[in-house]
Amino acid sequence: MTTASLRLALVGAPNTGKTSLFNRLTGSTQKVANYPGVTVERKSGSFVTPEGRSVTVLDLPGTYSLRGRSPDEEITRDIVLGRFKGEAVPDLVLCVADATNLRLTLRLVLELKQIGRPMLLVLNMIDIARRRGVTIDLERLSQELGLPVTTAVAVRKGGVDDLLKRTDELMARVQEAQAASQWTAPTIADLKAAQREADRIIAASVTLPAKPDTLTNRIDAVVLHPVWGLAILALILFVMFQAVFSWAQPAMELLSDSFSALGQWIHDVLPEGWGLLQSFLQNGVISGVGSVIVFLPQIIIIFLFILLLEDFGYMARAAFLMDRIMGGAGLHGRAFIPLLSSFACAIPGIMSTRVIDNPRDRLTTILIAPLMTCSARIPVYTLIISAFVPATKVWGWINLQGLVMFGLYAAGITSALTVSAVAKFFLWRDHAPAPFMLELPDYKVPRLRSIAIGIFNRAKAFLYRAGTTILSMMVLIWFLASFPTAPAGAEGPAINYSFAAMIGHALEPLLRPIGFNWQIAVALIPGMAAREVAVAALGTVYSIEGGKEAADAIGQVLAQKWTLATALSLLVWYIFAPQCASTLAVIRRETGSAKWMVVTFVYMLALAYVASFLTFNLAQALGIH
Amino acid sequence: MTSDPNNSQDIRLGHADRGFVGKITRLDALVTGSSLSPQELEQRLVEMGFVEGARVEILHEGTIRRDPIAVRVDSTTIALRRSEAMAVIVE
Repeated sequence: MTTASLRLALVGAPNTGKTSLFNRLTGSTQKVANYPGVTVERKSGSFVTPEGRSVTVLDLPGTYSLRGRSPDEEITRDIVLGRFKGEAVPDLVLCVADATNLRLTLRLVLELKQIGRPMLLVLNMIDIARRRGVTIDLERLSQELGLPVTTAVAVRKGGVDDLLKRTDELMARVQEAQAASQWTAPTIADLKAAQREADRIIAASVTLPAKPDTLTNRIDAVVLHPVWGLAILALILFVMFQAVFSWAQPAMELLSDSFSALGQWIHDVLPEGWGLLQSFLQNGVISGVGSVIVFLPQIIIIFLFILLLEDFGYMARAAFLMDRIMGGAGLHGRAFIPLLSSFACAIPGIMSTRVIDNPRDRLTTILIAPLMTCSARIPVYTLIISAFVPATKVWGWINLQGLVMFGLYAAGITSALTVSAVAKFFLWRDHAPAPFMLELPDYKVPRLRSIAIGIFNRAKAFLYRAGTTILSMMVLIWFLASFPTAPAGAEGPAINYSFAAMIGHALEPLLRPIGFNWQIAVALIPGMAAREVAVAALGTVYSIEGGKEAADAIGQVLAQKWTLATALSLLVWYIFAPQCASTLAVIRRETGSAKWMVVTFVYMLALAYVASFLTFNLAQALGIH
Repeated sequence: MTSDPNNSQDIRLGHADRGFVGKITRLDALVTGSSLSPQELEQRLVEMGFVEGARVEILHEGTIRRDPIAVRVDSTTIALRRSEAMAVIVE
């Protein structure tokens, strides 16, 4: 390509549908990376305009002003001002506004005007505004602002046609439209003056319907009700976890059967005498990666719920409902969203704590995020629960296995809140609570396309991890479990002579008080790379030991070889143990020091050991074997 | 009752009940229970649309101690704690 593509930046306040507009414009060309030196997500993509211009789009973090209160908002400010190293100044700034609610965005528009870049204002969700009877005089608005204005329906095919046309027009004149930036950080008086100006422009160009839309209010009357609101939130979470356990089952069985069939096929296809390669492919690669990919359906369901609730507008309500309750444990209402994301994975959860601008609140949230039951624990929980808990119904409709799962989640949440309260008491006793200020957006019908793109991006990340980190760990554990090979004429299973057994036996005395045998000790080591690897590792350890029938049903083997006390102890261990090197790495990166990474590792390990010790000994004392 | 800062009709939004409807007369962030500095608090309130003359209505209250509150500010709904809402003087 000889002509560089034009650079377009999307700027806007939160809740303006900026992300769906970005999805509509760029579709499958999206790339998600990080800005150099900081951990803010850099979302970029590209498209071609009707006149054939190639355009790269940068989706900047949402902000109410250019003041740069958080690292995210600083990125937005620095990029539009052309101050960000390694990031070219955008040729065109696309300012996205919610057509149903122009008030806060118009003030941002007035501020953005001062930077002197060519700019286009997009009134997104114009369909909803029209349906509600809001009339916007586009010409007048454009005149008052001194800016081109267009409308868009990001969620509808063809909804951005006019936007694309206008982009072409503006891009054609981009070179001559530059002006020097006059932006300086606004004072309170400037902000107020800008808001008054924005309100004046709205009064001049927007006609509101005689009867305002009250649907959001009517929903909120129930959803934010002091009693019903909390009951609904609890119900949503309960349904979410029941769904993760039961809806995913058929797809998981299909995946699991396919992988064992594939392994068997490899086994049959390879000629005799290729035993080592056969074992490597079947037991190391296929059963290893397969046992992790099996959990893809559950991860998709968790993200489906999180993304649906976010698109619907419920997440901010959940933060509202939880603010005081979490405040009792020393947490900020905004911590609810990062903590809820941590149910899928602590890594995006910890990264999304950037929405909390008070550093101490943010640190507390980071410290407890790994206690939230992430999806990588699901494989371990599922395996042990299905091996040791009968699939009976309680009260005729509650699945007992689901109930145990719910209990494990509840234990994670309770311990997180306790740790937070303790941290608040010991670490920052003198710390006054940070403010909670959050826009509650109008409810919107979630759009399938946007959610599908979101789920796709996350599933891709998970599969990538399964294909790289987890595969290499599986090869390592297979190697440790297969070499050195048993000497000729040796008695007992070959694995008893391997490196894995040596490491396991060395750790066993430390883990015996909590009821773990050496096989568990072996599985915990690769489990440090990712929790779910422990399942595959147990499979490898036991299947190599017991032959191929064991690989078919790890659960059945565990039920025979472990006591219930050991199983319970391992479940409890997994609630607390810092079994994830990537989470620790992210904590280090986000807090900017190794100190908090070490603190997290030590406190979680101590909690895990003590809790497992108590569980195992209590279970034995009660005669559960 | 126009601009007298000690007007007896002035109410702090943080003290108002659910269903309260009024108009913002001024911001006074000097004496609140907020952990933010008065200037920072005022700036954030303005960024969320709390400016003189805006119509406010308390729509919802939280479960514990009726906190936080959801406030309709002209055409947007903002959730905030009562301690920060103390800086908003309404009539």
